[in-house]
Amino acid sequence: MRLTFIKTLVELAQSDPRIVLLTADLGYSALEPFRDQFPDRFINVGVAEQNMVGIATGLAESGFIPFVYSIVTFASLRPYEFIRNGPIAHQLPVRIVGVGGGMEYSHNGLTHFGVEDIAVMRTQPGLSVFAPADAQQTQTLVQATWNLKGPIYYRLGKDDRTVVPGLEGAFTIGEAQLIRKGKDCLLISMGAVSSETAAAVVQLTSAGISCAHAVLASINPPPKEKFISLLSSYANVFTVEAHYIQGGLGSLVSEFIAENAIKTRLTRIGVTRTPDSITGDQASLYDRYGLSPQAISKRVAETLKLSGVAC
Amino acid sequence: MREIILKESFRAHVGHIGSALCIVELLEALYGHIIKADSPLNPERDRFILSKGHAALALYVAFYFKGWISAEQLSTFCGNDTTLGVHPEPNTPGVDFGTGSLGQGLSFATGAALAARWQKSKRRVFALLSDAECNEGSTWEAAMFAAHHMLSNLCALVDLNKQQAFGYTKDVINLPRIKEIWQGLGWDVHEVDGHDVEKIVDTINALNFVNGRPHVILAHTVFGKGVSFMEGQIKWHYSPLSEQELSQALLEVNKGK
Repeated sequence: MRLTFIKTLVELAQSDPRIVLLTADLGYSALEPFRDQFPDRFINVGVAEQNMVGIATGLAESGFIPFVYSIVTFASLRPYEFIRNGPIAHQLPVRIVGVGGGMEYSHNGLTHFGVEDIAVMRTQPGLSVFAPADAQQTQTLVQATWNLKGPIYYRLGKDDRTVVPGLEGAFTIGEAQLIRKGKDCLLISMGAVSSETAAAVVQLTSAGISCAHAVLASINPPPKEKFISLLSSYANVFTVEAHYIQGGLGSLVSEFIAENAIKTRLTRIGVTRTPDSITGDQASLYDRYGLSPQAISKRVAETLKLSGVAC
Repeated sequence: MREIILKESFRAHVGHIGSALCIVELLEALYGHIIKADSPLNPERDRFILSKGHAALALYVAFYFKGWISAEQLSTFCGNDTTLGVHPEPNTPGVDFGTGSLGQGLSFATGAALAARWQKSKRRVFALLSDAECNEGSTWEAAMFAAHHMLSNLCALVDLNKQQAFGYTKDVINLPRIKEIWQGLGWDVHEVDGHDVEKIVDTINALNFVNGRPHVILAHTVFGKGVSFMEGQIKWHYSPLSEQELSQALLEVNKGK
């Protein structure tokens, strides 16, 4: 999604000189189109994420719209207090772009896994948080949100080849996108793992389980009324996220169900334990942590069986 | 300024008095002679960041003398329903950047200086840091960036009062070669007596804000300056004043007038 993101940013920057791009020494073979077209609006600040956010705060106070770029963990966790005391406290239009949510940086290990960024970002009422599911949605999402008031956190997937069938770039702020209808249960996914979720839905359908699938990219602002009717239609709801189950999508949906007194059972599918140093490609890691299509479909089927849904 | 700092901190029953007293002359120099800002809302004003945010009372008093806040507003310091807290809050008029977490101000200042350069503006950016803030790694991230990009419109001032919250800097993290450290990073370094307004003003006025390296003024100050029983005493980083101590302190600062 990063190449699509940069392509979109270049297009936006052509018509708005306030847009500038800062990177903390990452983005090789991704950020060059922006750097080459706007060399005076691009800075590699060095490996210094806190300073990058501090600089962006200073730039935004003077009227710029700085995008700051790094891998999810380095964009969110390392400079978190700077984000809080800078763009959020001052309500300045800094855009924090984290690439590689979940375990997309696979062989790079835990330091590169973005599995708690949504949790910490979502706690900040003054920060918009968006997590697109594929390249096409990244484009429409960035086009729809880049000029919002206040700061934004974008959690992007790394791979531009990810396609979530049926999504086709749909995005509305404060809404989930229903990409497949079904009657037995509802799966809600966030980010690039929506692709694995969609594959799981296909497997479940083949096994005779009719699943609806919604993608939630608008984390803050969260979805509202339409989401109530969607959730209310299902006795079993599953959230799927390449993120710890605490604090992320599963927590968001739990809160929503509880506060709106929706009668449904929620199962949170996500990372439930600290990664244990066993490395591999993303598919092997997702299998290990229960996020492969097979693992997702197995979990859904078993849960439905336990709750008495005939399948 | 010292009299108001003492009276307001006594009324509010809060500490950080020594930290505020030692930057009185630095703020007098900056807000009285250096900073070009006819209004806190003018986008072309020079920017100032009190990175050592815990000395905010001194900043509010500078704003009062500047006419940016009234005596009535100043008397709300650390009361209820006021933005005038212990640290500068972003929504207080005149506060260009809120601070309170040490080590963040120089980054904000660096971004503001870069913005001025990109916008081809002559505005300058000043950031006042404490010596304890030099413990924070982020201070040096900003220092390296500003030097690399030759942000000559940036001037950091480091209040070398030689102590911090829980000890003397020489015992906590000693920086005997702080001048060489800033020089080594590529800054234009100057040392002044932080209580000599004329020297501070002359030093800053002689800086080249158009070309060259970013500037740092190493200001040698006395913690708790002007009140004998506070000077150089760790206790007065946090302690509020008793009525008796206030009387004595006021006698001393007024004697010096």
